[in-house]
Amino acid sequence: METAIPLNNNEVIRLENASVRYRVPNERVSTFKEYVIRLVQGKIKYNSFLALDNVSFNVNKGQVFGLIGPNGAGKSTLLKLIARVLRPTEGRVLVKGRVAPLLEFGAGFHPELTGRENVYLNGAMLGFTQEEMAAKFDDIVEFAELWDFIDAPLRTYSSGMWARLGFSVATDVDPEILIIDEVLSVGDEAFQRKSTERINQFRDRGATILLVSHNMAQIEEMCQHAAWLDQGKLEAIGETPVVIAAYRESQPY
Amino acid sequence: MDTTKNAPPIYDSAKKGNLALDELREVLNYRNLVLQLARRDILTRYKRSVLGIAWTLLNPLAMMLILTIVFSQVFKFGNIYGYPTYVLSGLLAWTFFAQTTTASMVNLVWGGGLLNRIYIPRTSFALAAIATGLVNIGLATIPLLLVMLITGVPITPAMLFLPVPILLLAAFSLGVGLFISTMAIYFPDVSEMYQIVLIGWMYLTPIIYPVEILPEGSAYWITHLNPMYYIVTLYRIPIYEGRLPTWEELLPTIVISTVSLVIGWVVFANKSDEFAYRT
Repeated sequence: METAIPLNNNEVIRLENASVRYRVPNERVSTFKEYVIRLVQGKIKYNSFLALDNVSFNVNKGQVFGLIGPNGAGKSTLLKLIARVLRPTEGRVLVKGRVAPLLEFGAGFHPELTGRENVYLNGAMLGFTQEEMAAKFDDIVEFAELWDFIDAPLRTYSSGMWARLGFSVATDVDPEILIIDEVLSVGDEAFQRKSTERINQFRDRGATILLVSHNMAQIEEMCQHAAWLDQGKLEAIGETPVVIAAYRESQPY
Repeated sequence: MDTTKNAPPIYDSAKKGNLALDELREVLNYRNLVLQLARRDILTRYKRSVLGIAWTLLNPLAMMLILTIVFSQVFKFGNIYGYPTYVLSGLLAWTFFAQTTTASMVNLVWGGGLLNRIYIPRTSFALAAIATGLVNIGLATIPLLLVMLITGVPITPAMLFLPVPILLLAAFSLGVGLFISTMAIYFPDVSEMYQIVLIGWMYLTPIIYPVEILPEGSAYWITHLNPMYYIVTLYRIPIYEGRLPTWEELLPTIVISTVSLVIGWVVFANKSDEFAYRT
């Protein structure tokens, strides 16, 4: 351990030379027998694939931070590091506070359970107790505008209702850090306005927000700072307009 | 997760303490998730059937009836004293083991998508499978008592000892479940192989036949090397024999279950970071 107090006062996220190396077997060896045979022959080979290559940066409290880059640039891998889903294979990641992942709304929902049961299940996945969820329950349903359907099984919901409930549960956690991955296009126009408003409230309360989007207008509107990732490498970081300009310049058209 | 309000917890990826203990600490914080997952499994399993959760009771009863009829007609050992109780108690313990170990593995492989999105202690799935099994074996006490009443096997206060063998059965199953889950991440075929292993293992355990009918040679191996023999017997004694087990019967089971749990937990916790790098 290098330092006793790992984060400065204002820092909430810091990456120190973080790399993530996925191991992709050369050929898919899926049976034990095959594995043993190849192991004996010394033929087990892995293509290691660097999804993130030596990335360092930090995010201060209250920042709305944008992440841009083409598909496969490592944006989602980076978010996974911060959400503690992945551990960096090299380097170090420090995160202060509760992280609310808004990766895909309603990812843990079960179609046979009612809306009510799913709210409690989803809350538990975010680490809340039964009592904490009971206290939040009314607000969650209120925000999703789903009182009429809350005791119906989720398989009867439209995809928009499904996403609304997911957004509502995930954002009712009052997180210190909010991760938003391409999801602001949830629900109809009115609900989109409502969710944007809620994210602004988080910002006003001093939460830190990480936003991934291919929509440059949205990034420009919401984020003061941005980072551009390409093939796992950090290409640029700084004020949003500057980073976006550099990114656009690199694109073929 | 730290619950103190004023000092938010700091996650440091470089802080790799004892992984097995860390996992234990985390899953204790997420105990509500374990209960919710178990609740989900119990509710959704029979959600679209008319009889619903009654199937948990009907399943072992039907199985016991079939076996009793078949074995009292075909083989002579079907006529031993209280055979329906004998076979039902064996089946309940075996079903617990077979179902919870399979479910730990299947839940983790299929629920893996969730693990790629948000942080969840990875033992939650196996623990939820155990919790589901505990509810099932607890509910099954009702048909068990019914069968004992009907067939005239005396119900004694020794039945109150049952939570102890059930707990040891749960510990053993959790250990095995976590161990094979780890294997299944590396080799998906393990889950298919395991189903075959289970069939063989069941016939090598005196579930539907009394241990006395075994030829002398194999009886020695089965009763000494098969851990499930010790556990099933311990569960059966208070029911079928209506007495408390002796220390000689209890101690090996405690040792087996503890060893299984510790090995399964440590192996799983140390390999669980691999889950995210694969798929």
